[in-house]
Amino acid sequence: MSAVQKELREITSREYQYGFVTDLETDEAPRGLNEDVIRLISSKKNEPEWMLDWRLRAYRHFLTLKEPSWQNAHYGPIDYQDIIYYAAPKPKTAGPKSLDEVDPEVVAMFNKLGISLGEQERLSGIAVDAIVDSVSVGTTFKNKLAEVGVIFCSFSEAVQEHPDLVRKYLGSVVPYTDNYFATLNSAVFTDGSFCFIPKGVRCPMELSTYFRINQADTGQFERTLIIAEDDAYVSYLEGCTAPMRDKNQLHAAVVELVALESAQIKYSTVQNWYPGDKDGKGGIYNFVTKRGKCAGANSKISWTQVETGSAITWKYPSVILKGDNSVGEFYSVALTNNRQQADTGTKMIHIGKNTRSTILSKGISAGHGQNTYRGLVKILKSATGARNHSQCDSLLLGSECGAHTFPYIDVGNPTAQVEHEASTSKIGEDQLFYCRQRGIPVEDAASMIVNGFCREVFKELPMEFAVEAQKLLSVSLEGCVG
Amino acid sequence: MMLKIRNLCASVGGKEILRGVNLDVRAGEVHAIMGPNGSGKSTLAQVLAGRETYDVTGEVLYEGRNLLAMPPEQRAVEGVFLAFQYPVEIPGVGNLYFLRTALNMVRQQRGLEELDAMDFLALAKERMKLVEMDQSFMNRSVNAGFSGGETKRNEILQMAVLEPKLAILDETDSGLDIDALRIVASGVNALRSKERALVVITHYQRLLNYIVPDRVHVMANGRIVRSGDKHLALELEKNGYADFEQDTAGGAFRAAGATS
Repeated sequence: MSAVQKELREITSREYQYGFVTDLETDEAPRGLNEDVIRLISSKKNEPEWMLDWRLRAYRHFLTLKEPSWQNAHYGPIDYQDIIYYAAPKPKTAGPKSLDEVDPEVVAMFNKLGISLGEQERLSGIAVDAIVDSVSVGTTFKNKLAEVGVIFCSFSEAVQEHPDLVRKYLGSVVPYTDNYFATLNSAVFTDGSFCFIPKGVRCPMELSTYFRINQADTGQFERTLIIAEDDAYVSYLEGCTAPMRDKNQLHAAVVELVALESAQIKYSTVQNWYPGDKDGKGGIYNFVTKRGKCAGANSKISWTQVETGSAITWKYPSVILKGDNSVGEFYSVALTNNRQQADTGTKMIHIGKNTRSTILSKGISAGHGQNTYRGLVKILKSATGARNHSQCDSLLLGSECGAHTFPYIDVGNPTAQVEHEASTSKIGEDQLFYCRQRGIPVEDAASMIVNGFCREVFKELPMEFAVEAQKLLSVSLEGCVG
Repeated sequence: MMLKIRNLCASVGGKEILRGVNLDVRAGEVHAIMGPNGSGKSTLAQVLAGRETYDVTGEVLYEGRNLLAMPPEQRAVEGVFLAFQYPVEIPGVGNLYFLRTALNMVRQQRGLEELDAMDFLALAKERMKLVEMDQSFMNRSVNAGFSGGETKRNEILQMAVLEPKLAILDETDSGLDIDALRIVASGVNALRSKERALVVITHYQRLLNYIVPDRVHVMANGRIVRSGDKHLALELEKNGYADFEQDTAGGAFRAAGATS
């Protein structure tokens, strides 16, 4: 091993900094998955009958499914009966919660994560829905948003307060029969965020959800539903962390976006779940279904993701381009280090005329990491004049990691234009030496080169997130040349 | 003495490339190192800059200190600069940002305050005139999509901004047309000073019409086999390198295109 490699290995072996556990008094469901557990979750949330029915239908369908094995990721069997499906920090006061009543321990935990739950302290104009394990513990700026007609609340609250909207849109993009993990989620989901931007409203601040897994042996199954009516606009951010544990934890979320005519939804994720240790012990299984529907003409949905965490990431934020002239975008940086595995990409389904989609994927593999881009561009017969441009670049750091690309293209209309570009490069000793010869130390050089590689994607992130993403990337380059 | 090289040997994968180089360079001097492909000129430059691919023995003193013990980034901030023969591309990293980062590393070493973006821009603009570069260069990624001439001008710009004490120019003239050669050479000449030493590695004499050296050395088979003043370069131009290659011990002729 050369000196450069040794140094890189040392400087990048930093610990996961969000790996702490907060001692919260927790209300848990018994371990295991069965109808009683689902009924228990539903009753804890005081759900209406239709919601319980939906869950049970999903559960019964789940029993008929087999866990998928086509993804390019390898892991031992998951014991679904050994998972706790509901865990909630016990509220210290009874009755309706206001932000002032949030358990100070919870507030302290979020402060430690750099997330402020106080509205006054928040200068940056971002509203936050904070979710711990299975429940939302508080949503900021709710009242201010309500003034312009924007609904931003926890999913549980939406079921109580806005049942018509939930019933109308829940499962309309990702039906409960969609896939194994989405079906599981539909049966046992516990909370999540709900956003509704009414016709003609440009949401005055960024909305965000911060997910935190705290309890051991729990799974997190949240559901996010965002609806932008005609001419509405919203930018939504999502962040997440979890404690360091030896055992794998399952995170199977579902996100549904609906954009009506001329509406725009921009959805950004910085995913930093605990990735496991150097030898691949522990870490989150991040099996997520994210899909948006451009239901109306001239609508636009844009996904930007920076995936640095999780032992295994398995997600394909997708767009169904139903409305004529609608636009779908997918910008992704996925980094796998040590024993991490990522199989991620997107699906762009062109249905409407003159629909356009852009895919830009940057995969970085280091250590023994395995990084797979998997993407589908499907042009239906009806999608006259549809266009897609895909670019998938991979960067390898070291020689024991891997990068894989599986593009699927299915064109059913002869007027469509589809372009696909791909490249794989290795972070070169030449690049590192060039930087060092100009006085830039090797660790700065490596992070400079990797950040340069990702720049086109970072440009798509909201400012604050872009800075965070850059920092995260530097920290995540553990043992990056081997 | 700025640079003192004694019996410097370097090999890669058991193959000897430098076989005992001796050289003295004083501040203010310009030395030209000439020689055929495969004679070890570029290896000498890389070894001085700290490239770790080589097994190195011998002694190199830089301002009286053991240069070989320093990592490349330390050599750089201590004032050793290599203008690369083939500068690499770093996509997505802005040329301006890269150069400012490098300068601030050097300034840190010299006990100077970091330059902020505005002050740096003013400095960079001034130095860009030396190599007739326009500002559009600065917003592009480091060397990405640059022509051969542009990369070389960029190297000289970096040198002009970083103000090294010892600059090694590795075949800076290769791949340049006559106009670009003139621009690069006048940029280099503007940086000649009493405090600065230049080691100019070149295959051809023509660069030395523009950058007139104090000393000329001929390398063959990993050694400096002859030294002289600027007239030696003209002699080489006339007679070629063949004589030197036969002169040297172990003088199997190396095919052009081997390590140079």
